[in-house]
Formats: sequence, C-alpha cells, structure tokens
Amino acid sequence: MSVPSLEARGLTKRFGALTALDHLTLRLEGAKCVGFLGPNGSGKTTTLKLLTDMIYPSEGECFLNGISTRRDRTTALAGAGVLIESPEIYPSLTPREALEMVADVRGVPSAEWSPRIESVLSEVKMSEWADRKVGRFSKGMKQRINIAAALVHDPAVVLLDEPSSGLDPRGMAEVRAILRDLKRSNRLIFMSSHILSEVADVCDEVALLDRGRLLFYDTLPNVIARFATSRRSVDVRLARPVDPSRVTGPIAALPGVQAVASLDPQRLRLQIGGGVETEERLLKSLVALDLGVVGFAESESALEEVYLSQVANGE
Amino acid sequence: MATDVPPPLPPAPEAPGFRAPPLLRQIPKLARYQLREFRRSRRFLAMVGIVLVVGAILTAVLARYRGSLVANPVGFYGNGWGSAVGYLIVLAAILFGGDAIAGEFQNKTGYFLMGLPVRRSTVYFGKLLAVYVAAASALLLYLAVLVGNGVVYFGAGAFPWQLGVSLLLALLYLGAVVGVTFVFSSLFKTSAYGFVLTAVLLLFGFTLIQDYVSVLAHAEPWMVISYASGTVGSVFNAPVNWGLSGSWVYMHGEIEKNVVVKIYTVAGVAEGLLIMLGYLVASAVGGLWLFEREEFT
Repeated sequence: MSVPSLEARGLTKRFGALTALDHLTLRLEGAKCVGFLGPNGSGKTTTLKLLTDMIYPSEGECFLNGISTRRDRTTALAGAGVLIESPEIYPSLTPREALEMVADVRGVPSAEWSPRIESVLSEVKMSEWADRKVGRFSKGMKQRINIAAALVHDPAVVLLDEPSSGLDPRGMAEVRAILRDLKRSNRLIFMSSHILSEVADVCDEVALLDRGRLLFYDTLPNVIARFATSRRSVDVRLARPVDPSRVTGPIAALPGVQAVASLDPQRLRLQIGGGVETEERLLKSLVALDLGVVGFAESESALEEVYLSQVANGE
Repeated sequence: MATDVPPPLPPAPEAPGFRAPPLLRQIPKLARYQLREFRRSRRFLAMVGIVLVVGAILTAVLARYRGSLVANPVGFYGNGWGSAVGYLIVLAAILFGGDAIAGEFQNKTGYFLMGLPVRRSTVYFGKLLAVYVAAASALLLYLAVLVGNGVVYFGAGAFPWQLGVSLLLALLYLGAVVGVTFVFSSLFKTSAYGFVLTAVLLLFGFTLIQDYVSVLAHAEPWMVISYASGTVGSVFNAPVNWGLSGSWVYMHGEIEKNVVVKIYTVAGVAEGLLIMLGYLVASAVGGLWLFEREEFT
C-alpha cells in the first residue's frame, strides 16, 4: 500500500468547550488538486494548522508523506509547501532574500538557489519585483511571494489556505491562473476555499467540512452527481467569440446535452445528463466542432447548489 | 513465561525533497536573515543614533572639562563604561527583544516561519541569537567611541585589565537580560504588551524587588538579575570582590530609628556570574517552554 501524501486520523481540535474539528479522517494520495470547502468557522484553517503543527491536536494524528507532523515536524514539512493565514514576510527583505532564506533553511544546495528562485518568481509573475522590499508590496503581491515561497523547493504536497482570500478581482484572477499552472506539476495540492468558482475551476476533488465534521470527500463530478438535485451543468470557455445562433444547434444535438445557453460570446453553459464518461465524450465532440474550446468545467452553480444544500442540511 | 512484546514500529518513510539542516545549523541561518531585517529597521537606526549621541556628548564633555574624569585609565573606563553600560544593555534588550516573540504572532511573520521545516526551538534561538548580536553591536559601538577617547587621553596601550573583565561580564549580562525579555515576550501575542512588561520590569521592577529584599527583608538579593549587573562596574573598584557573596554597607538608623541594618549593594564577581548564568539557562528553558505551548491560532 502506498504512503498517502496527506492523512488525518481521527483529528480533533477543541478550544475549551468549542469543538473546532471533530474526528476528521481523510487520506489523500497521488497528484491532484483537492478543494477543502466549508463555511467560515467550519474548521478548514484549523485542519491546515494541525497538518503543519502550528496548533496541536486534542485527539488524533496527522501525517504528511507518511510522517507525523506532531512527532517530527521538520521531516514532515520538508516535502511540503505551506501557505496559511496569508503570512507576512519580514518587510525589509526583498522577495529574493526571503526566498533565499526559505531555500537555505530547507537545505536546498546554494548552487540551486538562483535558478529555483528565478523560476518560481517567474511562475508567480514577480520577477521584476525581485529586489524591492516586501514591506512596500500590495496584499496580492505579497500573496504571490508567499506562493513562490511554498514552491521554491518543488514540494510533493502543497497546502494552501484560501490563497485568494482578501484579494481584489484582478489579484484573485492572477492567483487562480497560478493555481492552474501549479496543477500541471506532479504534486498534491490541498486548498481550502469558500470561493466555489475557484474550486470548480481548479480542483479535481472536493471535501466539504461543516462545523468541524467532514460531510463528504469525492471527485467533483461524483459530488455533483450525488448531491445536486437539478440537472448538472458545465461551463465551456471558448478562445474566440462565436455566434450563439449558429453553435447552439449543433451542440444541443450532441449526446448527453439537454440544453445550451450562451453566457457571453465566449462562454456557454450546457445542461447535461450522465456521469464522467458522458462528460469525456462531450468534451471530445466539442473539440471536434472546432469552436476553440479552452475551458471545460463543472459550472459554479452546480457546486454552489451542493454546497448550500449540504451545509444547510447540517444545521 | 513468554510476554507479549509489541512488534517494533516500521521505520518512518523518507520524506521527499530536501533534508532540512540540523537544529544547530538552522539557528544561525535564521539569525542571519533576522539580523538583516534588524539592520535595515528603524529601531536599529534609533539604537545606533542613541549610542552615537551619548558618545558625542561624552566626547564633548571630556574635551571641555577633563579634570578627574581623565585622571587615570581605570577611573576613565570605570566611569565611562562600567557605570553606563548597564543602561545601554537594558535599552538594547528592550528595543530588540521586547516584541521578538510576540511580534511573530501579531505581525504574522511567525506563520511564514512555521510553514518551514523548523522546530520551534530553531525559531526561538535563531531570534535570540539575532537580538543578542544586534544588541552587542550597539554595545561594541559605544565601546569603540569610548576607546577612541581613551586613546586620545592615555595612548593606544593604556587598556586596564578591568575593562576586559567588565566587557565579558557585560556580554554575559546582556545574554541574561535578552533571555529575560524573551520570556516575557513569549507570554503574549501582542507586541505592545511584550514591550511594556519588559520595559517596566527591566527598568524598575527588578530594582524594586532588589531593594525590597535587601532593605526590608535584610537578605542578600541573589535571586534578582539587577543585583548581578553591578559587577560590570564594580570590577573597576579596588579591592575587587571576586567572591560568592555580595558587598554590603551598614546603615545606621536610616531604615529604622536606632537600628543598624546590613544592606547588600552589589554581588561578588563569582556570585554575579552564577546569577547571570542562572538567568541565562532558566530564561532559555522557560521561554522556550512558553513558546512551545503557544499555538498559532
């Protein structure tokens, strides 16, 4: 049996009379992006802090790459990149110096610092700011440096706590683009969020937490198939504008498609029936129509419906 | 009779990625970046400014009045270093160490550090080392100004041995005081509380406790750090009390009418060393224990 990248066993955290996390058991393996959803105060950040030994469990244990973070945080966190609570970097340091510190403390050989730092700064689009003091940066810029710091050692596991929280729309879009790029690498990304569009856009699997209890953990299509009461829908993003009157007919005729709506000249929402296999066939058919498909994701509304129904059911 | 022995745990899997350096190598690494932050901070500029202003005033006063101040090297360094350095030590410790741990919580820089594969002890002692070096730099800058004046009045070779001993005691006292500031800083998650409590205790609290123990309880205040600080200056006074018991004076009727009271004024050098070492070790253990318990909620 392979070692899970991330595992929680009966993880519980109490703050006095309040149980913030209640016997969470979760086992994540392989390279994928898992969205950790839940309303404010549901225990998402508490879980991430327990996973990184920032706070201590009342019961249970958690592991990163098979190593207990409580018993050996140094080894457990060696293979993980962490961004929790939008941390602050010492304001007098430049991004380059801050990333050097991270690489130095993590034991990255000094000969590799420069290429790695250049690479992650480029990945988060901060290369031109590499030698300015962090203290003068906007919140979005700081968050991008924090993401770079979580990646500088090319970790197998990346833990992100609401990475686009508190950012303006442009900052959110930039962070989301970075997350999409991150997904292409061979690693596990475990990301807490309550921005459903972000999760629907980026994540392969979803875990929903409410009042400290895990309600479900499954792939995004399975979750929607299982819990959404109405028909499922996917959003299709196109590289170039199309005339809705000319494309809706051919698309509506494709197997599995029940309805087609144009959201804007470059976005369509399709209501579909069937499971993941239907989605796969549909995507192939859409590509064959040569519409310039560049995005194909469960629509936010489906996930939103699941989220609201499940969180409300828990109350 | 055979007993049930649980099977040994399987070895922990190797973590992927780089292996973090051991504790003793991580501490100076963290301290180096913390020092870089200090060096560029306003508080470091303020400390350097204070030292330079004090040094300039000292230089001007010596140039104008001379007199008994420059009668001999022992008296010169005793007045210029032995009497003044205790205040500089306390000021530097408060300025650099008052919020050292509390600030990690309040400013959220701790969340950045604790995402790294480091133990809490690495963060604690890395910061302590950085604060110590920053504060010691301020002391050495003041010493350089003083020695510059000494060279002018007594020549380049006139360094009394007392200055060397006093410097070593001052550096040890600095370690103990920085350790104490870290303990109080570890009690809070708000920088201002750390600053205020540390300042009150180091500037007034310990001296008051020393007076209470000495004057009211008529006992030797060996448990108070400020009692040990006097050794930094007392080594310039002949004869030096090298012993394990402090120096005292008798006060006739000043505390209580017609009563002679023995008041301890300053620790012996060996006693002072032990007090400072005791504070250094106790504060390191106690402060780390507090920091280990504190959660990044």
